[in-house]
Amino acid sequence: MVEIPSGSAGAVPAAEVEDVELYHPKSWWTKYVFSQDAKIIAVQYSLTAISIGLVALVLSWLMRLQLAFPGYFAFIDANHYYQFITMHGMIMVIYLLTALFLGGFGNYLIPLMLGARDMVFPYANMLSYWIYLLAVLILVAGFFVPGGPTGAGWTLYPPQAVLSGTPGGSDWGILLMLFSLIVFIIGFTMGGLNYVVTVLQGRARGMTLMRMPLTVWGIFTATVMALLAFPALFVACVMMLFDRLLGTSFFMPAIVEMGEQLQHGGGSPILFQHLFWFFGHPEVYIVALPAFGIVSDLISTHARKNIFGYRMMVWAIVVIGALSFIVWAHHMYVSGMNPAFGFFFATTTLIIAVPTAIKVYNWVLTLWRGDIHLTLPMLFALAFIVTFVNGGLTGLFLGNVVVDVPLSDTLFVVAHFHMVMGVAPILVIFGAIYHWYPKVTGRMLDDFLGHIHFWITFLGTYAIFFPMHYLGLLGMPRRYHELGDTVFVPPSANTLNVFITVMALVVGAAQIVFLFNLVWSLFKGRQAGGNPWRATTLEWQTPQTPPAHGNWGRDLPVVYRWAYDYSVPGSAEDFIPQTQPPSGGLTREVVA
Amino acid sequence: MAVVLILVLLVVGSLLFHVLSPWWWTPIASNWTYIDSTLVVTFWITGVVFVAVVLFMAYCVFRFRHKPGNKAAYEPENRRLEMLLASGTAVGVAAMLAPGLVVWNQFVTVPDEASPLEVVAQQWLWSFRLPGVDGKLGRADTRDITSENPLGLNRNDAAGLDDVIVEGGELHLPVGKPVRVLLRSVDVVHDFYVPEFRAKMDVIPGMVTYFWFTPTRTGTFDILCAELCGVGHPQMRGTVVVEEAADYQIWLDQQQTFNQLLASGEQQPVN
Repeated sequence: MVEIPSGSAGAVPAAEVEDVELYHPKSWWTKYVFSQDAKIIAVQYSLTAISIGLVALVLSWLMRLQLAFPGYFAFIDANHYYQFITMHGMIMVIYLLTALFLGGFGNYLIPLMLGARDMVFPYANMLSYWIYLLAVLILVAGFFVPGGPTGAGWTLYPPQAVLSGTPGGSDWGILLMLFSLIVFIIGFTMGGLNYVVTVLQGRARGMTLMRMPLTVWGIFTATVMALLAFPALFVACVMMLFDRLLGTSFFMPAIVEMGEQLQHGGGSPILFQHLFWFFGHPEVYIVALPAFGIVSDLISTHARKNIFGYRMMVWAIVVIGALSFIVWAHHMYVSGMNPAFGFFFATTTLIIAVPTAIKVYNWVLTLWRGDIHLTLPMLFALAFIVTFVNGGLTGLFLGNVVVDVPLSDTLFVVAHFHMVMGVAPILVIFGAIYHWYPKVTGRMLDDFLGHIHFWITFLGTYAIFFPMHYLGLLGMPRRYHELGDTVFVPPSANTLNVFITVMALVVGAAQIVFLFNLVWSLFKGRQAGGNPWRATTLEWQTPQTPPAHGNWGRDLPVVYRWAYDYSVPGSAEDFIPQTQPPSGGLTREVVA
Repeated sequence: MAVVLILVLLVVGSLLFHVLSPWWWTPIASNWTYIDSTLVVTFWITGVVFVAVVLFMAYCVFRFRHKPGNKAAYEPENRRLEMLLASGTAVGVAAMLAPGLVVWNQFVTVPDEASPLEVVAQQWLWSFRLPGVDGKLGRADTRDITSENPLGLNRNDAAGLDDVIVEGGELHLPVGKPVRVLLRSVDVVHDFYVPEFRAKMDVIPGMVTYFWFTPTRTGTFDILCAELCGVGHPQMRGTVVVEEAADYQIWLDQQQTFNQLLASGEQQPVN
């Protein structure tokens, strides 16, 4: 028996807040550069994030070349290698994934999907982007200062991060990294408060919380988490700056560096690790939850079927978000913290697998008895499920404290987190770009180029990271510039390393096809029309495509139903937009 | 159809790789076979889930892919099915967690008869300290480190004078005797890692961390650093030789004590 969820078609309350007049740009500069329009800001965020992401991609090529052919490329010495891995990690996690999901997709989709004219604080929203850009520039400046960027690893563990044995530790590198993170967090806070207030206060009439698309639920929950988690990183950065510049000892115990007694004492390196991972673990879900939300909508739209178990999906997002704040020390099982913590954190970590598994089940159950259109967004969604399930399951190895002991700090960890929070969210980003590009530009991305891009990216990344688990199982440690001679590593493992590097080069090159497609389709792509995917959500019901400033023309939209009325029995079309009133007597009181 | 075929091939390929590839853990040389067993249990459970989910997905794509005239079903929720799946998952998770926690309890409970061994890490080499005839390690502090006293032992602590000091990274251990490893760093975070022992632990400046194990077979094994500790990280190597008690005693007798180290330092002429 089918039970209709509370979000289904029904009455609409009267408007509580009057429609507000937006700031209207007067010149080209205020329209396209210093813009207060969330859609322009979204594009600015996205382009900046993708550009800095390309830097990270090239860095990954360089480190893979070194791992496959150690010593062959003279310029990749140990210093450079550690700088490359550090910058690659930090860029991907913070400056690409976080910025693109929240700053990019958040800005574009929150107002449009909720029927708002813009974010509630457009000016702070603009500032948020420019501060983010400043953070990126400070980060990049690291490449051009004496000593180069920091090579402390993206986790920046002190004391090594601020000592001379690490590249950039006693030069500018670590300082610029810490400054950049601090600036990023300031900028993010402006954007993040905006997204939260817009979701809570800026929704159209009838858009109850339980009618919001899961995309918005994912981005909203991730933003709340980021606002709670980033302060931990912020204070950790400030404290490390003090240690490095003012001679304090927050993280610095008594140290003998290269035979010389340092003027520090009494600090705790593990304190930094707790602060870092109190941010760092929620960060995984700050990236994952928007991806969860978006992929739910991609699957539903392209399978022409309501998302299965919407209410359970919402609760799973919220529960995962909450639980993710009490699992951080699973990154620290072998850190030397009190081992009794292991019992607690292993239990919480494995509990989080249950709501996560529910999400996976509901995605595949949405496919069941669907009408599956194998469009590019759908293909990327399928690839996401495969990759995410793989990466999520290896998380059960690493979360289970005792199994983590042999695997931690090996390539198994590298393979795991790339699968689950690298490749999986990026596959969603690609799917989302193929899905929403027509709304942003008015044109479709090229299908043929898209298929080339999809297959190489999906199968290539799987070929990179699936075998890498087994190198870790073998005991191959991560963050080794070269492995050197070891008894336990057979020569065949080096062959596998060469294979992985070749695949990495191929996958990287396939992204050029994607970039070309983005530019080419902007001019030559097929005209999309307003709603090419025949989707229900509000952003596809705008009067213009691309939507104009203010999004909705004269009248704000009114929402009558949840976001998933696909293939409703008795309906002529296989989708009913959220703005369509129910057939029957409800229309009059709505208008009143 | 290509999508269905590729999804199925991906599952088959992953399984074949798991079974046929030559890359698997190095043979164990310590008592932590339980860790390996828990890992194998986890492989089975997660492997079944992976195969089931991806094959189910492939079947859905095969069976429900778009054909003209198709219409999807409308089924917003199914509480029973959702509850069933959630509880099934909870059982699977518990089946992995329970043995994991039992083994962790063993891992953190050091047996009383374990003999202490101190590992001292610095950029980028390993040193070791073994208790002398009194069976106890003397006190040590990073502040007391000098060129004659590289491990920073307290000269006024009588328990430390007979401690055996091993510099240069080759450690010997008697087979079959449990060892309580006490880890100390003088500069940055390191990690004492011998793949054959399975156990590893970070070495943190400013505190002493620990773990325990029993070497179960003789042989020579690599010691690696598993926590990024600066540019010399991959070069931070050592060797541990596990041997019979008699051979171990011969080696031990050749090592110098803290007392001998101090005496040799004082004899050297001052330049």
